[in-house]
Amino acid sequence: MEEGKSKMTDTISDNMLEYITVLAQLETEPSEKAQLKMELARMLEYMAQLQEVDTDGTVPMQQVNEEGNAFREDVVTNTDMRAQILANAPAVKDGTFVVPATF
Amino acid sequence: MGLTELSAVQLGKKIAAKEIRVREALDAVFAKTDASEGKYHCFITLDKEGAYRQAEQVQERIDAGVCDSMLAGVPMAVKDNLCTAGLRTTCASKMLAQFVPPYSAAAVERLQAAGAILIGKTNMDEFAMGSTTETSAFGITKNPCAEDRVPGGSSGGSAAAVAAGEAYYALGTDTGGSIRQPASHCGLVGIKPTYGSVSRYGLIAYASSMDQIGPLAKDVTDAAAVLELLCAQDPKDAVSVKREGTNFCGALQEGVKGLRIGIPKAYFGQGISEEVSAAVLRAAEEFKAAGAVVEMFDLAYVKYAVPAYYTIADAEASSNLERYDGIKYGYRAEEYADLHGLYRKSRSAGFGTEVKRRILLGTFVLSADCYEAYYLKALKVRRLIRQAFENAFADYDVILGPAAPATAPKLGESLQDPLQMYLADIYTVSANLTGLPAICLPCGKDRAGLPIGLQLTGRAFGEEVLFRAAYTYEKIRGAWQ
Repeated sequence: MEEGKSKMTDTISDNMLEYITVLAQLETEPSEKAQLKMELARMLEYMAQLQEVDTDGTVPMQQVNEEGNAFREDVVTNTDMRAQILANAPAVKDGTFVVPATF
Repeated sequence: MGLTELSAVQLGKKIAAKEIRVREALDAVFAKTDASEGKYHCFITLDKEGAYRQAEQVQERIDAGVCDSMLAGVPMAVKDNLCTAGLRTTCASKMLAQFVPPYSAAAVERLQAAGAILIGKTNMDEFAMGSTTETSAFGITKNPCAEDRVPGGSSGGSAAAVAAGEAYYALGTDTGGSIRQPASHCGLVGIKPTYGSVSRYGLIAYASSMDQIGPLAKDVTDAAAVLELLCAQDPKDAVSVKREGTNFCGALQEGVKGLRIGIPKAYFGQGISEEVSAAVLRAAEEFKAAGAVVEMFDLAYVKYAVPAYYTIADAEASSNLERYDGIKYGYRAEEYADLHGLYRKSRSAGFGTEVKRRILLGTFVLSADCYEAYYLKALKVRRLIRQAFENAFADYDVILGPAAPATAPKLGESLQDPLQMYLADIYTVSANLTGLPAICLPCGKDRAGLPIGLQLTGRAFGEEVLFRAAYTYEKIRGAWQ
């Protein structure tokens, strides 16, 4: 447990910040980095107290109701809302979403 | 007594008895918003035109005798993370500043089917992430009980609107206390129902395994009447359940004789203000005097609820908020080099600081090397916390405590130290981690005159017991304000 804990409370490195920023599809300004690293490290250190708890043999609880999946037939019930949906898009051409060239 | 001082149920009765026209109720509410919105800023969007249109239709239904709901014709407000067809829904974010939903949330539809009049969308913390309503991209909201204070959050606009008499009740959402804590800070009744009771369809997701919708109301009776309308299984929300025990209005009876109430000792340790502690314990004494059996007990894992909650909530948020990519809807940056640049620039400019911080934390705890040590660990602790509550409910019917460790903080003080702000969620997050229902109602004021909230937590699907206990206490306590 001790080993796990010390690993946990390591300050966030520049590489780690870069890594999670890329994963999260975000950007950080160079001027924000120091403050952000400090805040994240402080929060992670706080979260790391969970390591004190003995959870051997405990099954993770992802959902409150664990009675299995609720299945239903995949039937369309709504009406055609194409126009309202496209109306929210930042850019539209010929009834489709516009994205930058991907190749 | 002015029209806006009536409770929702009182107004509904007068409308049903044709003593008051729906239009008159709206006139009264909009006179209030005209007078005080400049001061409090409870709403992001007010929809007067739409409200009068609804009023006309509802009045016709009432006159024709085809709308007999207790709340027909009563003006209400909705938190701006619940979709409303044709009415801008922003989540208090620049990301969704122009978003007009093509459909309404199931909860909103249920209320409107019962004749509720939607008057507007209330301010909140951006994407419901915050405890003060100060992370909104649309400006702050002031607490009508004291203008130098926050109304709480994240449903702060909903709470302030009801407290200011600008709406008879409002919908809020509660992922970690976001209904109960603002209710506490604004002197209102707020309830987070058992997870799965109210459909989340059309609720903009924050942490899906904990998000629930519920009312902020002037009294226990109003909260019961609104929640009774909201509870229903919905095939569009896979976690919504077919449940019993939803006769909340029928549960509004006095009597707590023999009710077993447990108070976790750890709730009164360090960090709680003396005045909050005293007011809550005084309420416990009143329950005792009314015949309840009240005991202190040791609830396990109390100190781990907040770190488990933030680990799980941030993880789910980082996943839920991936959908904001600047393509199908939402903010798109003006300049970018390529597709990934569009994603990154749109997201970085569209989200505020607190939202980005939580996305990054969530991304970290879900990343390959940290998943087990942080995220899975938190899910295991979550189960232990639920077991601790199950053990407690073997001995007690209701768990009593505060809703917040202190009364409403001053504007501008909380965001400087986010971790400190998170710590104040200690009393509320457990109900979200476990899915249990919890109600908050006023139990006193501090020396500065700020409201103090009492929280009662019940067994899963045990809202009827909570309403009965809360109603009884409300009668003992006497009139509020």
